[in-house]
This record gives sequence, C-alpha cells and structure tokens, in this order.
Amino acid sequence: MSDYHKPSDHKDIEAAVQWAIAGGKSLEIIGHGSKRLVGRPAQYDATLDLSGMAGITLYEPEELILSARAGTPLAEITALLASNGQELAFEPMDYGPLLGGAPGRGTIGGTLAANVSGPRRVRAGAARDHFLGVVAVSGRGETFKSGGRVVKNVTGFDLCKLLAGSWGTLGILAEVTLKVLPQAKSEATLAVFGLTDSEAAAAMAAAMATPLAIAGAAHLPDYMASRFDGLDEAEATTVFRIEGIAASLDESVASLKRAVRPFGASATLDQAASRRLWRSIRDAQPFWAGGPCGDRPLWRISAAPSKGCEIAAKITPAAMLFYDWAGGLIWVAPPVTQDCGAGEIRRAVAAAGGHATLVRAPQSVRASVDPFHPETGALAALTRRVKENFDPKGVLNPGRMWAGV
Amino acid sequence: MSVAMPAQDTSVLKRRREIVRALRTMVPAEGVIDTEREMRPYQSDGLTAYRQLPMVVVLPHTTDQVAAVLRYCHQNGIKVVPRGAGTSLSGGALPLGDGVLLGMARFNRIREIDFANRVAVVEPGVTNLAVTQAVEHAGFYYAPDPSSQIACTIGGNVAENSGGVHCLKYGMTTNNVLGCEIVLITGEIVRLGGKHLDAGGYDLLGIVVGSEGLLGVVTEVTVRILKKPEVARALLIGFPTSEEAARCVGSIIGAGIIPGGIEMMDRLAIHSAEAFVHAGYPLDVEAILIVELDGPRVEVDHLVERVGEIAKTCGASGLRVSTSEKERLLFWAGRKAAFPAVGRISPDYYCMDGTIPRAMLPRVLLRMQELSEIYRLRVANVFHAGDGNLHPLILYDANQPGELERAEAFGADILKLCVEVGGVLTGEHGVGVEKRDLMPVMFSQGDLDQQQRLKCAFDDKGLLNPGKVFPTLSRCAELGRMHVSGGRLPFADIPRF
Ligand SMILES: Cc1cc2nc3c(=O)[nH]c(=O)nc-3n(C[C@H](O)[C@H](O)[C@H](O)COP(=O)(O)OP(=O)(O)OC[C@H]3O[C@@H](n4cnc5c(N)ncnc54)[C@H](O)[C@@H]3O)c2cc1C
Repeated sequence: MSDYHKPSDHKDIEAAVQWAIAGGKSLEIIGHGSKRLVGRPAQYDATLDLSGMAGITLYEPEELILSARAGTPLAEITALLASNGQELAFEPMDYGPLLGGAPGRGTIGGTLAANVSGPRRVRAGAARDHFLGVVAVSGRGETFKSGGRVVKNVTGFDLCKLLAGSWGTLGILAEVTLKVLPQAKSEATLAVFGLTDSEAAAAMAAAMATPLAIAGAAHLPDYMASRFDGLDEAEATTVFRIEGIAASLDESVASLKRAVRPFGASATLDQAASRRLWRSIRDAQPFWAGGPCGDRPLWRISAAPSKGCEIAAKITPAAMLFYDWAGGLIWVAPPVTQDCGAGEIRRAVAAAGGHATLVRAPQSVRASVDPFHPETGALAALTRRVKENFDPKGVLNPGRMWAGV
Repeated sequence: MSVAMPAQDTSVLKRRREIVRALRTMVPAEGVIDTEREMRPYQSDGLTAYRQLPMVVVLPHTTDQVAAVLRYCHQNGIKVVPRGAGTSLSGGALPLGDGVLLGMARFNRIREIDFANRVAVVEPGVTNLAVTQAVEHAGFYYAPDPSSQIACTIGGNVAENSGGVHCLKYGMTTNNVLGCEIVLITGEIVRLGGKHLDAGGYDLLGIVVGSEGLLGVVTEVTVRILKKPEVARALLIGFPTSEEAARCVGSIIGAGIIPGGIEMMDRLAIHSAEAFVHAGYPLDVEAILIVELDGPRVEVDHLVERVGEIAKTCGASGLRVSTSEKERLLFWAGRKAAFPAVGRISPDYYCMDGTIPRAMLPRVLLRMQELSEIYRLRVANVFHAGDGNLHPLILYDANQPGELERAEAFGADILKLCVEVGGVLTGEHGVGVEKRDLMPVMFSQGDLDQQQRLKCAFDDKGLLNPGKVFPTLSRCAELGRMHVSGGRLPFADIPRF
C-alpha cells in the first residue's frame, strides 16, 4: 500500500516532497483525480492529494481577478463567478465523464496543470492565457512564486505558462491567481447543414475571418450530429456561437448568415439549446465513457484549422470524430486496435503539423504508445533539461508525460 | 550609469581579432562590424543613460548563420546580446564590451500570410506595424500595438512580451503568438508551436515570450492576425480629480464592459500633449480618460451610451464622443505622442512602467505626488488604466549634477510602491538592466533561483544576454545542488492516511 499525503498548506507540500526526495520515492500529484487516467500508467510510491488545500482566497470582481488554493473545486469557482456575472473565459471542459468519472469534479489546480480549455479557446485563449500568478513547490521541495495578481506583468520569466500543461511534472501548484471576465450577456448559435468536412473547414474559416465575436465554431459530421445535446439533426451540422449584448445579437447573427450563405442553408438555435449544445461539444459528450462509443480509445488533436480535415482524411473511416476550434481541434474515437490508431494518427499529424494526445485508452496501450505527443531531437533534450532543473530527482509524477520525464 | 555588468573576460578580448575573423567566415563580410565608428549606433537602446560599445556587431540574415555564430560563441565562451530595433526602455539590448551584439534587423521578410488560418509567419526583424500593413488590405491587423510600433521589431516584442493600448481586450504579445523558431546558444534549432493552438508538451513558447533574449535567439515568429472590428469609437472624458477618473475605470469594468482600451492622463501630461498635437483635450481638468469601444456597430453605440452614463455618475466634468474616424484618431494622437510631448517641456525624462491593482490608483497617485516634492522633480502620468499599468514620466535635466541620480532614485521608489500595493515592477517594458537590481523587492532568492534554473536548461554557461533580469548570476552547478538532509525531515506533521 502506498503512502497517502494530504497537505493543508505549502509547507506540508514541501515536507512531503522532501520526504520523497530523502527516501527516493515518487509522488503522484492529484486534485480530485478526475484526469488521473490521462498519460502513461506509472507506479508511484505515494500519493499527494491536494484536495484538502481548498478555498478561494481573493476575489475582486472589479479587478477581474480571483485567487484560490489549488485544491479548490472548479465548480465552486465557476459558481461564485457566475453569481457575479463573471466566468473563466477559457471555458474549461470536464474530463470526468470521458474517463468514467462523475461530471462536475476537478480542481482549479488540475485544470491549470492540464491547461484545460473549451470551445471559447478560439476567441478567449486557453487556461494558460488566464493564469496570472502561482505559488508552487518544485521537485526540490522548495516553494517559489511567479507572476502576480495583475494582468500586465513581464517581471521575470513567466513560469505560469510553463506550469500550465505540465501535468504536475514540474511543480505542485499550491495557490493560483486567475484573470476572470464578464460573462457575455447573451448568446446564439447559427447552424449550417449538410457540409462535408472540407466545406465545413472553409465555412468556419470564412466565419472566423469576420469581425464578429465568434466564441465557438465546430463541425459535427452527419453520423455525429444527433449525438450532441441540443441537436437532433441527422445531417452534418456546422455550428457557430456568437456572444454579445442582446441588442446587437440579431444583427450579428444576420451578418454571420450572410458570411456563410455560400456554403448552405442555416438555422438559428435559441439561447437554451445553444447553451446545451456547447456544453456537450465542450465535454465531447458523444464519447463519454458510459455511452455507445465509451469503449473506444479517444484522441485529441490540435492542428492548424485548415489542416484538420486533411488529418481526418488519413484516419480510418471506421473512426468517429468531430471538430472544434474552427477545425483545429479534432476529437477522434477510432475502433479498438493494438495501438489504438497511434501510428496512423501520429503520421498524419506529423505531416500536417500539430500534436495528438491519446486521452483515453486501455492501460496496456498507454504503456506502449506515448499518450503525449512524442518529442525528438533538441526539443526532447530541452524538455528533459527543464524537468531536471525543476525536479532533479524525478519525484513529481515521473514518467506521466514521457518515460524519463 | 550605475549598474554593475558581468566582469569582462580578458581572454576573450585578447582574441578579438581572431574572433572577428572567424565570424566573417560565418556571416558575409559586411555583416560583421568591428570599427568603433560603425558600432556606435549599437551602443545603447531606448534607455540611453546606459551605453557600452560591444566587442563586435554581427548582422546575420539566415537561421543557419545565427546557428553557426551561436555554436561558435558557445564553444569559445563568448557572450551574446541579441538586438532588434533597440527601442527597449529597460536596457535589454545593452551591449557587453566582451560580447557579440547579434543584430536581427536583416531578418526583415514576411514569410507567409495565411488567411485561412489567420496567421502570419514573419522574420523577427520585421517591425510590429509592418505586420499589420501586410494584412490590412484584407481587413486584418496584428493586435498588440506598442506605441513604438513603427520602429520596434516582432523579435523584440516576443523577447519583451510587449503590450499596447489595446491589450486589455486583445492581450499582450504572449496571447497573440502561436509559434517561434529559436536557436539555442548551442546552435541547435528548435521549433515551438506553429499554426495550431497550445503546446503538445511543455509550453516552452510561453516561456520564451518575455524571456528578454536570455533563453534563445528568435529567428521566426508565427502571429495570430484578427479581422478589424466593424467600428471603433472613443470617448474623451474629463475629471476634476484623478481619484474620480480612477474610480470610473473600476466602475466601467465592474459593469461588465471590457473596452478596447482605457487610457488615463494627468494634468501635466494633458497640457504637454495638447501643446504638442492640439488634440482638443480639456485643459481645466485634473485627469482625462480615453475609452475606446470596438465591435459591432449596434453594440458599440449601446456601450458608448453606457460608459457615458457611468462617467457622469463618477463625476465627469466633460465628455466628448468621437463622431468620425478622424476625431477618434485625434483623441489618440495626444496619448500616443505623450512621451515626445513631455520631451518638449523637459530636457530629459525617465519613463517608468509598474503595474498596480487598479483600485490602488488613488493611493499610488497621492504618494507619487509626495515623492515628487521630496525629490524636487516633476512627474507626468500616462496610464494604461484598464490594466493598471502606469507610465509615470519623471522630468529631469541630465546636465544638472545629481538630477539623473535623483530621477533614478525617485523611479525606484515608485516601483517599490507598486510592489507594496500588490503590483509588479514592470508591466510591459521588461526588467533588463534597469530594474534588475530591484528584482529582490518582488521575489525571494528562492523565486529567482527557480527562474534561473530555467535559464540553465536553455543556456547552462550563461552566455545569452548575461547581466540582464537577474541581480546575481548564480552558476548552474550551484543552482543544481540539492540541500536535503536525509533522515531529519519534518514529515511528522503531514496528515497521513
Ligand atoms: C517611444 C517608445 C514607446 C514605447 N512604447 C511601448 C509600448 O507601448 N508598449 C511596450 O510594450 N513597449 C513599448 N516600448 C518599448 C519597446 O519598444 C519594446 O520593448 C519593443 O518590443 C522592443 O523591440 P526592439 O525590436 O526595439 O527590441 P530591442 O530593444 O532591440 O531588444 C529588446 C530585448 O529583446 C531582445 N531581442 C531582440 N530581438 C531578439 C530576437 N530576435 N531574439 C531574441 N531576443 C531578442 C534583446 O536582447 C533585448 O533584451 C516603447 C519604446 C519607445 C522608445
């Protein structure tokens, strides 16, 4: 049985890391554990559970900032923000149901450590873009801070960016400060029907090239569309979310309609349907573990928007997929095979540029196929040196992203 | 000049001729400059109080040349200072007497404009404004707009993570760059990001942006371009006191409105700017706000009304709304010319760049006024008020003995004040040499060590732009040492289950 540490402040975290260093042990860093199944399966000597370090420590709506201890439930933060008409504009998705867990779990620390964003990423940026300040503990067992509580700050290296998306392999987040933004007053969704993937890519490019506040652009191929909440189409559906004030929304929707008219007929979804649909897209609902495709492996590919359908065309037609981020984010659920499609997918991504993460697969596959995009040459060496400088003894989530990192 | 730079390496200086000869084999002859007369334009950047001739200036124009030069410098223990247009206000591009000044100005081509993916791929020596100019025929622009945009380069913007008056809504450089090619000091070429979003592994791009030339030399940048908003309108609002203006900024943002930009100027800045560009600023107020709203026409019209109402409840004494593009640009003209305008009323000025939580503005202004009296130097204030980024301009005369030192001490006090109220030393101009020795005001030695460990991962010999950002340069071997005393660890107080 492995040791289980539940720190209540950063001093406790320091002590746990020091303990691990002294004993040559490795730590698995978890919040709620909602993304625990992402990455290489590894055996850790002990668990460091941050969920006890919870609580919002500062919230100043007029300053557009919020600080919280890393174990604070994301749901608690989003609820507080919503009660003040604000939000985390990067719209973090919920990995829980994809990985067989309950919805609505996850801590703010885990959200940032995994750089989790949602459909509004195309307009508002990723988690990393809203991550202003941090207190963290390195693999040396030392607490350090970076950034601050103001948006505009170039004082020293921006370690928040480095920690965002490092999946707990470089430092343990203790407390974080985020930029928050006002919620849009209203939203509407325009849907265009019957497009092929490449037509949809062109339509999304045309829409994104307008000055409209497009806060989501996704393409759901015909076999996928009806599986999303808020849609019951049996036709391929390309959807655009527009946000703004109620007074200008109709006009914005009308301009968007004009921009996409050359591609096909369109219809507008009301606000309620729009909200349901985008949540469903955000969480890749058709691929939830309990659902009909729940046994399939799942890939998340980021590419240049125009390359999305090129990549998809090289993937077996037996795969199910859909596009978010104006075509630049592809969720792919191939049938179960020995490598869960890794060879084919990684070759296609290598040719087009971008990266592919195997989000869900049986443990044996995650052990033999790199779930995180493989790095080579000078970049791989640089990654290793960064890891060594933050965590010289390999104490923090060692091997989770790549072997030896 | 009162800042200590790393000791010069006499063994390198002794080999100067040999080094110059070797560099000429890597970069075509006219790209290696070693005469004092020709090197003089490179001896300082925008922080002109600091000057130093480099050992040699090298102007490569291909990535391979950069790689060859860096590899050679790495092998021979020669320091390298990258430089773009030299507009840094923090001395980031200040040369080293025993170092190569690597001028990136010849990297001046726009490599690709890709409207389908809404990105431009440019060389680092391309100016900020040139990116917008290359795409504006199609209605696009590059959002970060530092006031120096006609001169400063994208490479410099990446190194400094530069901002502009529109970054409240559109972000700084870091939020608008998707990819970079960098050359490490070893000569290895690394691509970070590309036309896609987010990193597949560690976000090293996010670290390189804002690294002030300490981690690698940027040789290509992929930036996001945006479609110009349908309309933009500006309000020019006068206030009887700075406090009321400051409160108004909080009220606008608190009402859920994120303007394209909110700028504030105080009386001295208003009067200087008005005398210079005749923007029609009110002269009987203590502060003005310029609030720009952009987006769909209906929305902008609505928000202009709302902001007008808020301004009135905040005690505005006058308000004008731009009715034409010409008038909007006129409102901005005074703000954009604020630095040179202040330059006209004082022989010299020193531009500061702290950021504070917005709510602290009244307190900081008051204290600045007190400091102004103590140091007997005038200060004009322009702010990126929306994001709390202050640019106090301290007026002094370098020909008066002691005034520069007084100005610097005044500036340091302002920056310490910024940190004291919860802010930071620099919002967009960078640490460079200027704020280097103030870093301990904001960071503990442990914080700085952790940042330097990152430096070690990129440049373990500390050859890239040493003497900038960090007050003391620790050796990587030292930083790597672990101070763990086995056995004696305080794990008794960890709750264990
Ligand atoms: C009048 C005036 C107004 C200004 N207004 C603003 C403003 O509104 N907002 C703002 O943010 N800044 C402003 N600045 C500051 C300055 O223009 C920016 O910091 C700018 O980004 C510097 O660009 P540059 O090309 O001149 O770089 P330089 O000054 O040449 O270099 C700046 C730093 O970048 C490094 N560097 C340059 N090129 C590269 C490269 N290719 N690879 C690696 N490192 C490199 C240098 O080593 C140095 O550390 C202003 C400056 C002036 C003089």
